[in-house]
Amino acid sequence: MASSFTRLISSRNTAALLASLGAGTMATGFLMSENGPLAADKKTKLYPPSSDFPDLRKHNNCMAAALTPAIYAKLRDKVTPNNWTLDQSIQTGVDNPGHPFIKTVGCVAGDEESYEVFAELFDPVIKDRHNGYDPRTMKHPTDLDSSKITNAVFDENYVLSSRVRTGRSIRGLSLPPACSRAERREVERVVVTALAGLKGDLAGRYYGLGDMTEKEQQQLIDDHFLFDKPVSPLLTCAFMARDWPDARGIWHNNEKTFLIWVNEEDHTRVISMEKGGNMKRVFERFCRGLKQVEHLIQERGWEFMWNERLGYILTCPSNLGTGLRAGVHVRLPKLSQDPRFSKILDNLRLQKRGTGGVDTAATGDTFDISNNDRLGKSEVELVQLLVDGVNHLIECEKKLEKGQDIKVPAPITQFRK
Amino acid sequence: MPFGNTHNKLKMNYSSDQEYPDLSKHNNHMAKVLTPEIYENLRDKETPSGFTLDDLIQTGVDNPGHPFIMTVGCVAGDEESYEVFKELLDPVIEDRHGGYKPSDKHKTDLNPDNLQGGDDLDPNYVLSSRVRTGRSVRGFCLPPHCSRGERRAIENLSIESLDLLDGDLKGKYFALKNMTEEEQQQLIDDHFLFDKPVSPLLLASGMARDWPDGRGIWHNDNKTFLVWVNEEDHLRVISMQKGGNMKEVFNRFCTGLTKIEGLFKERGHEFMWNEHLGYVLTCPSNLGTGLRAGVHVKLPNLSKHDKFGEVLKRLRLQKRGTGGVDTAAVGGVFDISNADRLGFSEVELVQMVVDGVNLLVAMEKRLEGGDSIDDLMPEQK
Repeated sequence: MASSFTRLISSRNTAALLASLGAGTMATGFLMSENGPLAADKKTKLYPPSSDFPDLRKHNNCMAAALTPAIYAKLRDKVTPNNWTLDQSIQTGVDNPGHPFIKTVGCVAGDEESYEVFAELFDPVIKDRHNGYDPRTMKHPTDLDSSKITNAVFDENYVLSSRVRTGRSIRGLSLPPACSRAERREVERVVVTALAGLKGDLAGRYYGLGDMTEKEQQQLIDDHFLFDKPVSPLLTCAFMARDWPDARGIWHNNEKTFLIWVNEEDHTRVISMEKGGNMKRVFERFCRGLKQVEHLIQERGWEFMWNERLGYILTCPSNLGTGLRAGVHVRLPKLSQDPRFSKILDNLRLQKRGTGGVDTAATGDTFDISNNDRLGKSEVELVQLLVDGVNHLIECEKKLEKGQDIKVPAPITQFRK
Repeated sequence: MPFGNTHNKLKMNYSSDQEYPDLSKHNNHMAKVLTPEIYENLRDKETPSGFTLDDLIQTGVDNPGHPFIMTVGCVAGDEESYEVFKELLDPVIEDRHGGYKPSDKHKTDLNPDNLQGGDDLDPNYVLSSRVRTGRSVRGFCLPPHCSRGERRAIENLSIESLDLLDGDLKGKYFALKNMTEEEQQQLIDDHFLFDKPVSPLLLASGMARDWPDGRGIWHNDNKTFLVWVNEEDHLRVISMQKGGNMKEVFNRFCTGLTKIEGLFKERGHEFMWNEHLGYVLTCPSNLGTGLRAGVHVKLPNLSKHDKFGEVLKRLRLQKRGTGGVDTAAVGGVFDISNADRLGFSEVELVQMVVDGVNLLVAMEKRLEGGDSIDDLMPEQK
């Protein structure tokens, strides 16, 4: 390959000759006008897709599993209407080979259109990540009617806190990997203006990351609200930490039960939370807040990114659909010691994390338990799954306390056909 | 393909003010020089390969800097960056390189015979001697901007050329992604191995993309001549050995560089160079010679003297710890090297180091004997 390459660029010999004759600037002139600074179009001819195909042999992420030389060749020279490219989408997956046990996604969207323009890559990635969900044939249900949820007030001897989070993107503006500073500031402006219109128990305040006082910062840390510049290479390699902390901030209501992160990993992350086990109220506030914010931005001519194939569009394909993670911090001292714990969680379509969030270890017997799925089931379905699951776990814990045996529940089916 | 946030035309939908970075907490050369006017003039421009102003300054926007250390805050994506964005880069260069003007000419001198002395720095004090520089291959984008195809092409070209070196320069290439555990350990023990950058200054510029694809280390069998491929620059070339024979180190450096340049030319490639900026490298701080010539030298007494800093300044030298930039000195041993890169030739800079280190050692000996060094104080070079 090296020799065919050198044949391709042998026309540089003229320039080299000129240079060796001591005509330095002449050679520069020759190269600059002829083939020195390769214009982008000349470069695509000189470097066929095969020369640019990433080395993914040591990689274990959804992108690496899905990307073939054929797909790469087809998509490499395409751009979204915002000029975002395939190489930019996959950079994070190329730079982070992954972990043998944890399969990361390995690609991000730069804008809403990425999921279309690069569908040949994103569709198999989505299928891999979301249990076989096929965006070409399936529809994603959206349901934010919290009145449908039942049995969602947990035993507070076990459940210490309840939380629901999701993300929302503003249609027409590029996503965090791709956005320019002006676009990011526009996201901030649109969202903060809308949030200023929230009233009653949702009335609150915005704290720009770059402008907050020491005191405000400390308060936000104490409340566990503050987010910091990403350090994970999964995120930094996806270009989302550029220009930090410009146009990033945290909004929360006065009661500290409804919180919005602006321009962190997504345009917005929306969180409803409170101490105790009243998931019903948490989800009710979540839905009400989301609907009000949506209404407020629509009044100004904006809307959220959404379509019926993929639901709510977010930066990471893992958050498509509902983008929803509903969870509790729950004490399960006996159940967590039982060898069947993991299997029970699996069958209930739940996951466990430490109380510090993803990739943390549990402290003591308290776990963060939340739904595994994001896409293919509605918000109501996922929250009900979480509620039923947590109730079941608490029942198991109580049984084990009494010395009774427990059964592993049957696995929940994947998709509504 | 262009890397990074290059959808320039989209940004033009917003006004220059709306896009202008917030540099209020910043302390780097780029932040000192950039104004809204310059930003407005340059933001719709691109080099032929698609590198833009925002690509250039991203690292400086993301890294506000340090109140005491002045970083550069911008990088080039290709040779043409220095032309297309000269309105910003000329004042950055002037600021960084001691008043070097856009009309100044830089002299290149890689003739080791022009170096006076340098073969007898006192080995009781001078533990090792080293000269390094960088080279960029004309026609390719630089590390912040190059595609995988380009980076691999540079690697292949380098391997082909370096494989033809013979005599005491004969050596071997170790690709970062293929090396065995044993090879890796050996390179670490020899202090040759470079690793994926962790400094946010480098990461924010995009030069660590696709690591370790296309990166590697070549060294001669004698372990005195070393080439890094596709780290912070296309090539970093290093000549080094134990002891104080800087002349021999510089001889090998010049011979090796000249040979490598010839081998590249045989393959139809030349190094990026022009008579104003000398050798063109990724970071504006390395323009001109890109040369850092230095020694590890024991100066336990002199380093405690209150005139140490002043002496170094007058000699146009800088000190670092023996771990390199941003490390502390251990056991009174310092890394002493030339502070300048541009506006002086290679020979002139190495001469400054040779003469300067000789003087520092003489001062150290005086202080050992309890005598004063006042009469040895040098003039400002």
